[in-house]
Amino acid sequence: MSENTPDRAPEAPTDQSPERLRFFDRPGNVKRFLGALYAICALALGFEFFIERHVSHPWEELFGFHALYGFVVCVTLVLTAKELRKIVMRSEDYYDGDGDA
Amino acid sequence: MTAMLELPPFVFFLVGAGLVAATRGPLRALILLAIPIVSAISLFGLPDGSHFNVGLFDYELQLLRVDKLSLLFGYLFHLAALIAIIYSLHLRDTVQHVSGLLYAGGALAAVFAGDLITLFLAWEVLAVSSVFLILARRTPRAQAAAMRYLAIQVISGLILLAGVLVRLNELGTTEFTFIGLDSPGGLLIFGAFGIKCAFPLLHNWLTDAYPEATPTGAVFLSAFTTKVAVYALARGYPGTEVLVYIGAAMTLFPIFYAVIENDLRRVLAYSMINQLGFMVCGVGLGTALAINGAVSHAFNDVIFKSLLFMSMGAVLRQTGRINGSELGGLYKTMPFTTGLCIVGALSISAFPLFSGFVSKSMVMVAALEEGHPVVWLALLFASAGVFHHAGIKIPFFAFFAHDSGIRARDPSFNMLLAMGIAALICIFNGVWPWLLYSLLPFPVAYEPYTATHVLAQSQLLLFSALAFAWLKLSGLYPPELKGVNIDADWIYRKPLNWLAATTMAAASRWHGATIDAGRQQLNWLGRLIFRHSGPQGVLARTLETGGAALWVAILLAASLLLYYL
Repeated sequence: MSENTPDRAPEAPTDQSPERLRFFDRPGNVKRFLGALYAICALALGFEFFIERHVSHPWEELFGFHALYGFVVCVTLVLTAKELRKIVMRSEDYYDGDGDA
Repeated sequence: MTAMLELPPFVFFLVGAGLVAATRGPLRALILLAIPIVSAISLFGLPDGSHFNVGLFDYELQLLRVDKLSLLFGYLFHLAALIAIIYSLHLRDTVQHVSGLLYAGGALAAVFAGDLITLFLAWEVLAVSSVFLILARRTPRAQAAAMRYLAIQVISGLILLAGVLVRLNELGTTEFTFIGLDSPGGLLIFGAFGIKCAFPLLHNWLTDAYPEATPTGAVFLSAFTTKVAVYALARGYPGTEVLVYIGAAMTLFPIFYAVIENDLRRVLAYSMINQLGFMVCGVGLGTALAINGAVSHAFNDVIFKSLLFMSMGAVLRQTGRINGSELGGLYKTMPFTTGLCIVGALSISAFPLFSGFVSKSMVMVAALEEGHPVVWLALLFASAGVFHHAGIKIPFFAFFAHDSGIRARDPSFNMLLAMGIAALICIFNGVWPWLLYSLLPFPVAYEPYTATHVLAQSQLLLFSALAFAWLKLSGLYPPELKGVNIDADWIYRKPLNWLAATTMAAASRWHGATIDAGRQQLNWLGRLIFRHSGPQGVLARTLETGGAALWVAILLAASLLLYYL
């Protein structure tokens, strides 16, 4: 509790000594992680064959509705946001020097 | 004993703030921790009803109205205050400790207020105390943001006061019950609540100021102001249909900003509006299920949003950076913060077994039940979107992504402890929601863990993650870039600011000209006075007593003459 570091540490400490490789430093692990994601996605979709679903809206009866919707919506979101950037993005000092208060 | 302790909760925080200001070191830490605990104990077991009614002029203030709705928010705010206090224990900053306590006390005063005048007073305490949590960052940027924040909060307070007075005139009562939109007073009060609740286009004070607060300040801020507004809407405007659409809009538009925002605490601020949208929507739907959903989601949101702000505060404190473009790879040296942040991320994304799962879906089911399928689709969009920007983006760019070379360590024990407590509550409410459900205003018939719900939500989230992975691997995902994204605050920070500056310049030119003209007039007047009253002036000559008597006689004669005329 008796820490004297200020709220804004002036410089991030960087350690120059050689360090051990961490989990995601190994490309194999990234591949394995992605593989696990694909497998779980397939599993979640496959479960629809075995679970009797009680849906509250007719659209949900479509096979894999939530999976499809999630995927499509996220791609739409990101690609739209990318376009939005062209309209709303300004340089970091855009508001500086306006004396705004 | 209990009789002695039966005081409105804000009294404990107010007195406590005084004690904290006067003490230092371990004693201050002890008092800080004792305040929310003692206050919560005194709250425990208070019977329903109105306590501590005091007269103010002709009005009666109800300082402590206890029912299920106010009590739930009361417990929540005590919990949030305790967590934020633990997180702040390492600080040696009286400003932050005292203003944090006053701020929490103001929030408690607001949710227990039984009348609108008390609510207004608490509203002002919230505004004035919280601004110090932003000022305490002690940078010019934070100061400018704090002043903009304060101006908007004060405007909200003034609108509230105007609404209360209009309503008092209309109905002759200041009681804080259902208000509704069918009167001018009701509309004004709605506007005041809307500002505090970050309705679209009124939201920018939040995304502007919260990311400029101190690491601790942002944790306090994220818990109180907006949730007081949700409470106030749930009390005054349940079933107001326009809230359904306002809420849906609030869930949608911030997620686009959140995807392209670089400052990770600003991403959290945008995702906060997104979560508020679910609550506002629930209040607007107004059914028992929807109100339960809104209120329970407010509870869960305070905890997981605190957790996320704490983890990003820890990153900011330990590295001095918060932009996604400058961070990355921190999981190597900040494993605890990483893990706790991921718990918060899973909770806000509403993964099964985490807290968001048991509350957010109530609002969504209610939207379908009330015949709003399009709103339901929007909320589903927002659910996927929140996972995308808060669930994945926050932990990914801070702790994983590319290795930034920063080797910052986990923060101090008290900060980790506070995050740990919040994470435990997130998991507890996710696994065992029935305790939370028992505190809700209406009896709960909702069952979150059905196979259908678990499967649907898992599919939605997993395929959102798949979309992220695909976009990232294919290079379509927009990189984190330095820059600011203009939002509705542009209106008052650019054109209005320009207008104000130009008006000021014109006014000061006119002012200068007027001053010059005035100075000439004054000089003339001065010369005139000098001529008559100066050393040689006719009015400054000393007269002999006889002369004075003569003048008095002349004056008397003149007045007598006038009298007879």
